[in-house]
Amino acid sequence: VLSQILQLLLAGVSQGCVYALVALGFVLIYKATETVNFAQGDLMMLGAFFALTASVIMGWPYWATILFAVAVMALVGMLAERLVLRPVLGQPAFTVIMITIGVGYMVRGVVTMVPGWGTETYQIPTPFVDDVWKLGGVILPVQQLMVIGMTAALCAALYLFFRFSTLGVAMQATSQNQLAAYYMGIPVRRVNMMIWGLSAGTAAFAGILLAPVTFVHSNMGFIGLKAFPAAVVGGFGSVPGAIVGGLIIGVVEALAGFYLPEGFKDVAAYVVVLIVLMVWPSGIFGETGRKKV
Amino acid sequence: MRFIFKTDYAQDIRLVKHGGNAFWYGVLGVVLLAAPWWASEYVMSQLHFILIYSIVGFGLMILTGFTGQISLGHAAFLGVGAYTEALMQAAGVPFFVSITCAALFSAAAGIIIGLPALRLKGIYLAIATLAFNVIVEEIITRWHGLTGGNEGKHLKPVEIMGWKLDSDGEFYYLCLALTVICCLACINLLRSPTGRAFVAIRDSEISASCMGVNLAKYKTMAFAISAALTGVGGALYAHKIAFISPEQFTLFQSIELITIVILGGIGFLHGAVLGSAFIIVLPQLISIAKGWLPEAMAPVGLQAVVFGLVLILFIIFEPLGLYGRWLKIRTYFELFPFYRKGMFRRQKSYMKSERLR
Repeated sequence: VLSQILQLLLAGVSQGCVYALVALGFVLIYKATETVNFAQGDLMMLGAFFALTASVIMGWPYWATILFAVAVMALVGMLAERLVLRPVLGQPAFTVIMITIGVGYMVRGVVTMVPGWGTETYQIPTPFVDDVWKLGGVILPVQQLMVIGMTAALCAALYLFFRFSTLGVAMQATSQNQLAAYYMGIPVRRVNMMIWGLSAGTAAFAGILLAPVTFVHSNMGFIGLKAFPAAVVGGFGSVPGAIVGGLIIGVVEALAGFYLPEGFKDVAAYVVVLIVLMVWPSGIFGETGRKKV
Repeated sequence: MRFIFKTDYAQDIRLVKHGGNAFWYGVLGVVLLAAPWWASEYVMSQLHFILIYSIVGFGLMILTGFTGQISLGHAAFLGVGAYTEALMQAAGVPFFVSITCAALFSAAAGIIIGLPALRLKGIYLAIATLAFNVIVEEIITRWHGLTGGNEGKHLKPVEIMGWKLDSDGEFYYLCLALTVICCLACINLLRSPTGRAFVAIRDSEISASCMGVNLAKYKTMAFAISAALTGVGGALYAHKIAFISPEQFTLFQSIELITIVILGGIGFLHGAVLGSAFIIVLPQLISIAKGWLPEAMAPVGLQAVVFGLVLILFIIFEPLGLYGRWLKIRTYFELFPFYRKGMFRRQKSYMKSERLR
């Protein structure tokens, strides 16, 4: 029984890592620009398709594929910010949500129209798809361990980036107070653009990690809807919160899928988020401040 | 150029502001009443949908356009209304009782989601309503005994006191009557103290509460009223398509409903009607355009691309929606040589932080 629970936990954590990465994309953008990017899931899907192009059509090795997809998606993210988001800078949150929903629709539509992508389901070959490690009765699929490991590596890289690089510190400053950042000579608009790039790159990474689990198809972006609860559970403005939230949602889902009747797995994430919001209206790690008139 | 010289307050809350207004609404009324004579069967069917979506649009407009609350879960209310109607009709309940119940049950669901809304704002509210929608959809799917699950439910045509409304024209008049009633009710609501309180909450919660508006009461009320209207729309929708199943009440339906409000023009009741007409006509235009394009250029994704593009372009270039565009054109002619380009320009605003509350 214990080994079974451990195995469920592992599956949950590895699924949670993907949610966490997508949620991280939401949080990065939200923290810097107070924009909620409903197209995050679709950007992830687009990233997976770029990876597919690189690995299947052009035949590149796995690691080059990852770099390629992340780089292209970073460009796409910056382009989206420049063309679509910047004209509505400073508009009410709702307007911006709708515009990102529009972007999501477009991405989904365009993917089905590109020759070679279309509406079919594809698979990206990975170097470690079927291996299994056995550890005292617990079966550890290498795939899941790799997802966890790569997520941890990306988080560490992001941490170092935000902590030590000038651009990372500028991004932090922008997210804390835009006006003050302007005064300090930070080019806030350009930084925002780069944050979009960073976030889209993270999404591409998540898409590649997700590809062996759900395969690549034009609707895989809907997993972004599960990452929302993850971001909200952790508190929308908090980077560690996104990771914790993703892991919570992943584990709860894995356990609910096993122990509860059919159907609960799909709604588990949403039940959790409603409960969390009832107790902490701005998430577990959410920052609260009082508005003064 | 028309100048209305107001001499008493009653003029300010009159339904019809001036003669021209009365004339054009009269023309619209006659054209709509005569629709069964001039419209083909296909156009009639589209008109049904436009009227039904207009009712839902009114509901959303009250919530989003006038109270400033976000909802990504209105398909859930639509579903509650539709299933209430389906079940009650199957049980032999008269139509007017069942459609009232559809409105009441939806309103109850609206209150349930309105309660957490008192503490939540902006994005958190959007997510809570989104979660609510997914959960309701799942309940509809799984509660097989009541809703028939994925097999769905069939509905018979509406029957009012033994009179079967099974032709297009009869059902059209029913929809038209209900739409007009809902529209008048909304107009009336919005010029009452309740409506003023909604607008005050939209513009600033803090100043509204300083003026003595009970935030909890009015926000819940806005959700309830909005959900009730959506429930009425849902009941008609169920009759229109005669077969309902859970996949008609997903998140995507909610997003489509929201786009009605955005494209029509947020904050105007006219916008709800214009927006729903646009949403119904757009797919038809796209499928016509597909016929003209070469085969390779007309794949399945075209509709999503156009839909997304229209949404983006509207928000960037016409934030007041179709009704806003009409207002601009009208103002141009009313002030003829004096219209200036910047009259409706958006104010450059600094980002309002939602982190502080």
